[in-house]
Amino acid sequence: MRTALTMFGVFWGTCSIVLLFAFGKGITEQQIKDQKGMGDNIAIIWPGVTSMEFQGLPTGRRIRPTEDDVVLIKKKSSALSAISPEYRDGSVTIKFKKESRRRSLFGVWPEFGDMRNIIPDEGSRFINERDMAEKRRVVFIGNRLKEDIFGEEEAVGERVLIDNMPFTVIGVMKVKKQNSSYSGRDYRNAYIPSSTFQSMYSRRYVNNVVVQTKPEISMEVTKSQIFEIMGAKYKFDPTDRETLSIWDTTKGIAFLKDFFRAFRYFLIGIGIATLITGGIGVSNIMNIVLEERTKEIGIKMALGAKKGMILFQFIFETLIITGVGGVFGFLFAYGIVKAFPLLQLGDFVGTPSVDVWGSVMVIFVLGIVGLVAGYFPAKRAANLQPVQALKLF
Amino acid sequence: MIIEMNNISKVYQTGNVEFAALKEINLKLKRGDFVAIVGPSGSGKSTLMNLIGCLDLPTKGNYLLDGREVKHLSSNELAEVRNKKIGFVFQAFNLLPYATAFENVELPLLFAGVKSKNRKERVHEILEKVGLSDKMENKPTEMSGGEMQRVAIARAMANDPEIILADEPTGNLDSKSGAAIVDLFKELWKSGKTIIVITHDEKIAGQLPRIVKLKDGLIESNGYAN
Repeated sequence: MRTALTMFGVFWGTCSIVLLFAFGKGITEQQIKDQKGMGDNIAIIWPGVTSMEFQGLPTGRRIRPTEDDVVLIKKKSSALSAISPEYRDGSVTIKFKKESRRRSLFGVWPEFGDMRNIIPDEGSRFINERDMAEKRRVVFIGNRLKEDIFGEEEAVGERVLIDNMPFTVIGVMKVKKQNSSYSGRDYRNAYIPSSTFQSMYSRRYVNNVVVQTKPEISMEVTKSQIFEIMGAKYKFDPTDRETLSIWDTTKGIAFLKDFFRAFRYFLIGIGIATLITGGIGVSNIMNIVLEERTKEIGIKMALGAKKGMILFQFIFETLIITGVGGVFGFLFAYGIVKAFPLLQLGDFVGTPSVDVWGSVMVIFVLGIVGLVAGYFPAKRAANLQPVQALKLF
Repeated sequence: MIIEMNNISKVYQTGNVEFAALKEINLKLKRGDFVAIVGPSGSGKSTLMNLIGCLDLPTKGNYLLDGREVKHLSSNELAEVRNKKIGFVFQAFNLLPYATAFENVELPLLFAGVKSKNRKERVHEILEKVGLSDKMENKPTEMSGGEMQRVAIARAMANDPEIILADEPTGNLDSKSGAAIVDLFKELWKSGKTIIVITHDEKIAGQLPRIVKLKDGLIESNGYAN
């Protein structure tokens, strides 16, 4: 009975720790994934105003990037993995048959899709180089926009009217999680090649630029390079950070990562406390078991069992108790984790996943706790004189 | 001499109170002796038995077991002595309650590191000798007192020890079972064992060739019957 209780204690401890970490990890990953819904390692650049005098030029000059600047930055910056200008018209009419919506229209480069995690759904594609070169009238639409004007019908290949000009739908965005944005959620928008956009609207400046750094390079390096390149062209001090307004999304991710690192330490703390409690429990039980079984130890010693054998027996028993409890706890937690997605509790908690190394750690620590918990009572037992153990006097 | 005790004292301490259970006793036993240790409760019989059986160590004095000074033995050497040289039979049987007769008798062989096949043969042989070959798979709770004590004796004999110590082996038995146990000891004695029995029972003591009488931690008389 006591053995069963101890086993249950260890079982419960392991189970809760594994679950704690599994859910902690699930939530963390989900949050970071959502944050990345806008894109991985990207920054958004808007026009700005100079705040420092430079080479005889006054402050207060507007610096507005053009598509040529984007081409220049792409050519000169070594830190970038991708870049795209972004033209925007915040209110165009998009019409299919009788359905129409007023939505934002964006003119972008083909790189934009990958950078911003805008993934074409099955049977779809994003804007490509040929669309750009031939200024094709093709449009890629967000999944919500597709539902709004096409409903359940197939959209790819159909013609829509954008401000009364016919466009062919080439793709629909695959549904994604996005919890931050700068000009509306991607699922509401429509995207066309920047060349086509320019042939319609002839804008002098881009609304903003999206850049993506190489994963191994810090966004700070990229930003500095952009300020250098733009500063050289427009004659402003590259240290003047007001000249361009930059939203570095990696900072949000970094914050989130820090937050969840702290969260994780907190979980580890709880886990350790749980383990210690469990260990004390096991140790206590072993002490009680020892008292109950002192007589048995006395008998065995009287029959010639050596100290080591008594010690071994107790340690072995403790290890079995912690081991069996631990393994079952782990399996139970694993089962819950695997069954959890079936509950469909929503996106916020994410999908919990069992951290293999964490679990190995837990079982290892439990083993140590078991050993220590088993060792001291066993040692006490083995040090008794047989007569004391038998309580013969 | 197989057992030689010189000036052996055993003092128990409870808090500040000291109690001398044995007071500088001298005792010599020859190989093949069959001795009854008698005396009133509290006279030190059990204490003496525990010292002889190396279940406890004396407070003072020298104890030579088969020529070796016991207090110089390590705990593992003592365990080996208890395992191979001495067989213990207790008044309360002291069988492991969850183990079968077979498993109980097997224990000393297990501790001696005897191989599984040889263990099995040996256990069968001894249990047969004590007349329990049909109760091998029974647990102590399924046996009578006499049967339990015979299992205990079988267990004491497992490693074929030279000395058999029995602490009131018939104390918990009816007279008929008791007599059967005494016969069993006699048989063992005839096969050359040294046997020491604590008993209250004058009738049993009277049957044995040598009687040691204890009183208040001292040996009152020590002699062979005629």
